[in-house]
Amino acid sequence: MDFTSGQFWTSPITYMVFVPVVGALVMLLVPKANETAHKVLALVTSLVTAAIGISILTAFNYDSAGELQGVVDTDWIPFINANWIVGVDGISLPMIALTLLIVPLCVVYSWDHIPSPGNAKAFLILILVLDTGMLGSFVAQDLILFFVFFEVVLLPMYFMIGVWGGENRQYASIKFFLYTLFGSALMIVAFISLYFLSGAETFSMIELPGLAQSITHGWQLVIFGGMLIGFGIKVPMFPVHTWLPDAHTQAPTVGSVILAAVLLKLGTYGFIRIAIPILPEAARSYQWLIGLLAVIGIIYGALCCLAQTDMKRLIAFSSVAHMGYVMLAIATLTTFGINAAIFGMVAHGLITGMLFFVAGSTKERYHTLEIKRLGGLLKQAPRMGWILGLATMASLGLPGLAGFWGEFPAILSAYDPTNADYSTGFFGVSNLVLFRVFMVVAAIGTVFAAGYLLFLFQRVAFGVPSEEFEHEPIPDVNRFEWIAWVPMLVLIVVLGVYPNLIFSVTDSTVAPMMQLAAGG
Amino acid sequence: MLLGFEAPSIDFHALAPEIVVTATLAVLILVDAFTPKQAKSAQSSIAGLGLLLALVPVVTLAVDGGTRVMFEGAFVVDTFSLVLTGLFLVSGYVVILLSQTYIAEGDYWEGEYYQLLLASILGMMVMASARDLITVFIALELLSIPAYMLAAWRKRDLRSDEAGIKYYLMGVFASAVLLYGMSLLYGLTGTTMLSEIATKLAGEDVPSAAVLAIVFIVVGFGFKVSAVPFHTWAPDTYEGAPTPVTAFLAVASKAAGFVALMIVVFGAFPFRVDIVEPLFWALAVATMFVGNLIALRQTNVVRMLAYSGIAQAGYMLAPLAVAGTVGDAAVQSILIYLMIYATMNLGAFAVVIAASRKTRSGELTSFAGLVRYAPGLAVAMAMFLFSLAGIPPLGGWFAKFGIFKTLVEADSAAGYSLAIIVGVNSVIALFYYARVAKTMIMDDVPDGDLSPVQVPVSLRAAISITLVLTVVFGILPQLVAGLTDNATLLSAVAVP
Repeated sequence: MDFTSGQFWTSPITYMVFVPVVGALVMLLVPKANETAHKVLALVTSLVTAAIGISILTAFNYDSAGELQGVVDTDWIPFINANWIVGVDGISLPMIALTLLIVPLCVVYSWDHIPSPGNAKAFLILILVLDTGMLGSFVAQDLILFFVFFEVVLLPMYFMIGVWGGENRQYASIKFFLYTLFGSALMIVAFISLYFLSGAETFSMIELPGLAQSITHGWQLVIFGGMLIGFGIKVPMFPVHTWLPDAHTQAPTVGSVILAAVLLKLGTYGFIRIAIPILPEAARSYQWLIGLLAVIGIIYGALCCLAQTDMKRLIAFSSVAHMGYVMLAIATLTTFGINAAIFGMVAHGLITGMLFFVAGSTKERYHTLEIKRLGGLLKQAPRMGWILGLATMASLGLPGLAGFWGEFPAILSAYDPTNADYSTGFFGVSNLVLFRVFMVVAAIGTVFAAGYLLFLFQRVAFGVPSEEFEHEPIPDVNRFEWIAWVPMLVLIVVLGVYPNLIFSVTDSTVAPMMQLAAGG
Repeated sequence: MLLGFEAPSIDFHALAPEIVVTATLAVLILVDAFTPKQAKSAQSSIAGLGLLLALVPVVTLAVDGGTRVMFEGAFVVDTFSLVLTGLFLVSGYVVILLSQTYIAEGDYWEGEYYQLLLASILGMMVMASARDLITVFIALELLSIPAYMLAAWRKRDLRSDEAGIKYYLMGVFASAVLLYGMSLLYGLTGTTMLSEIATKLAGEDVPSAAVLAIVFIVVGFGFKVSAVPFHTWAPDTYEGAPTPVTAFLAVASKAAGFVALMIVVFGAFPFRVDIVEPLFWALAVATMFVGNLIALRQTNVVRMLAYSGIAQAGYMLAPLAVAGTVGDAAVQSILIYLMIYATMNLGAFAVVIAASRKTRSGELTSFAGLVRYAPGLAVAMAMFLFSLAGIPPLGGWFAKFGIFKTLVEADSAAGYSLAIIVGVNSVIALFYYARVAKTMIMDDVPDGDLSPVQVPVSLRAAISITLVLTVVFGILPQLVAGLTDNATLLSAVAVP
């Protein structure tokens, strides 16, 4: 960073990204024993970050949401032409808003839910570091800057799972780490190839979409392939999804929530922000493959859900299925599809995050998440039971709740993919036919989703408590849980009733971008 | 015919760093001779101050800029040599910080230890400026021979004796091979000046003996940088030697080997990349894979670091395999790697030295649960390890990024294949680095003993310096990269 640049110091984006780290550094100086001080500090930091973020969101000119706003462009590593380029537009805005919302809620939830073996100081510091990494990734407009922020989230998440996780935490944490690192290595090679092969020697995401067209088609395919695996692991797409169920199941509640709500979105965001705009031609060649893997993910995830006996693992596999819808929408390469994908990302973040919160609180009360041992939650803790009900209904895509607007347009978008006559590598079937088949399969997937989610809700919430827990006092939703959950629940309903809140922001960015991509 | 001796003109400013270190060495010997055996603590301070003092002319020379050539081109002071001289001085200083309590408490010969250490550092500094075969060879011996003795410094431990003997025998063998290659080269070209050798070897028809000479020279330095299959001395020597010496060997000595390789490859063989490139390709691939795969099975942290160091050498060898296409970009990426590698590896050794003060062992299991009684050390170690693994935002990422960039820049099959192999190896390497971090942070203390570790001031200083630099280099890599901007070797070579 060019520290002499006034642009860098006066931009609110700088502060939004780095305030969490500064807060973490302050916390390092406070002794470990003073847990309340740490909680207060973490909360204040995340709220200050959110406040700065909100000031950015309010200063954002929504009439020209298609343009990148608040752009800062100064030197960072002149040696490799990597610059500190940041900015906000209609695609990153919903993601930033989601991050700004989730992190303070996680801190509030942690108030009386610091998982074993304790140590609030380290736990909260990790959350704040995650915050910086996530926000940085969403504002970065330089490939190397994006890469660094993308990777910043790795270490905190690794330790969060590995130290505060469940019984099998060490296996899960290293698996998460190795998978992601493998993807990152491919990603960085792809980025550097872009740098040289485009002939422009730049990492700027603003300039590259215009410049990368000069790359030969063969190389475009190779580079896109690298990104496909790199981002695909993060999403996660079938067949590189296997780290996710382990990581989700073993992670502490807050870890699962952040993982589901924001980290997975880094993968799909990478497709929308980097891979497709820069290499649209290659994207069209890979279109059928991404679509195919997406629907396999939908069906495979759903079938796995039906076989699960553990509540958290079931929710984890439902993530695979839901991200499948997002990927299917992205694979259509249409304005409509990408809009649906972004909405799906936000909706999945809120709903699955909510489900993990409830699962965490259930585990805390019953000390088990085995579905067959649970039951009668509505009797013992009715409020929590209804919250679980709302979240499962939202997750299965009930109209009127946010999940519907992620899922339904995604399926609909597959009816009319771009480049319809393109003869795919899949037995030479045209894109149009192929995607209509995908559409039908994805629609069947929603039936499965209804199946496993209702199954989950019914077994956990209905009926009478099992003998085991009959006489156990099960407290209902407590103060901190209310504070953490209400904003998410409200948003699930609000976005369900008025989805235009997001569509109006994203559409003006997506439409020109996809036109540019289709025009190539 | 008798030649009258004519004194060469000497640029004392250019030689000032070497002169300061030599003077410090003399002072050390004098002070040592006149102090009683119990009062040797001044030695380390004098040595450390001498190294820091030598940094002053390095800085003034850098500010002054330009290239200073002496002794008819045998000794050159330019950006390349200044960056490396600085690196050797700073890592030497950190090694002295690491040694202070280790050597003082262990009842070893204190005076001689620092004298030998300085002599070895002096050899490295000369190496950075050497531009002809004889100077290169003298520098190599000056840096190696003290190191052989230092490796055997724990005189009452058989493993240390083994370390020293093994290192000595292998080192001498490597020197012999190297010298043979050099003599062939001299016989073929009639000169010891690298730039003249380069011109003579540039033609189309090269005698096959030249190929032999090049291979011998690369193999000779291959021992020094512990490239597979010439690495077999490294793990035993690293484990047996006193840990500060291990850090010195793993960082400074290895860096000096790379410097020699770069000087010879770019100085003497820039037009013979057809021979050198495939050689380095094979060496790099073997070094990465063998180093990483064997590191996976290590249960001793120091041995693990030894094998990880071998693997890291493999990453650094990789740019040499595309040297012909990318030219000085390869030099710069290796320089960047060396600087960042020195920072994080010295840091890792510093933590191992500090933690072993309590555990009295290098076994991984003895470090279990370190975070419970020494959270600072455990977190620092985790940072160093993940930096070695190349995880942003810690310094190691930029080092590895530089390697990737150079390999892709070559835009050749050799470059792309190596880039993929480096990527695969990074993933393998993460596994063992993370395992150490995991043991220290996630496992339970083996004997339940939670008494804190007493970390002396010098070690604290070493850990703080390296930790801060590791993080800062990762966030602002330009600080390192900018130093190498003008570091070139090829510009000195006249294209025939």
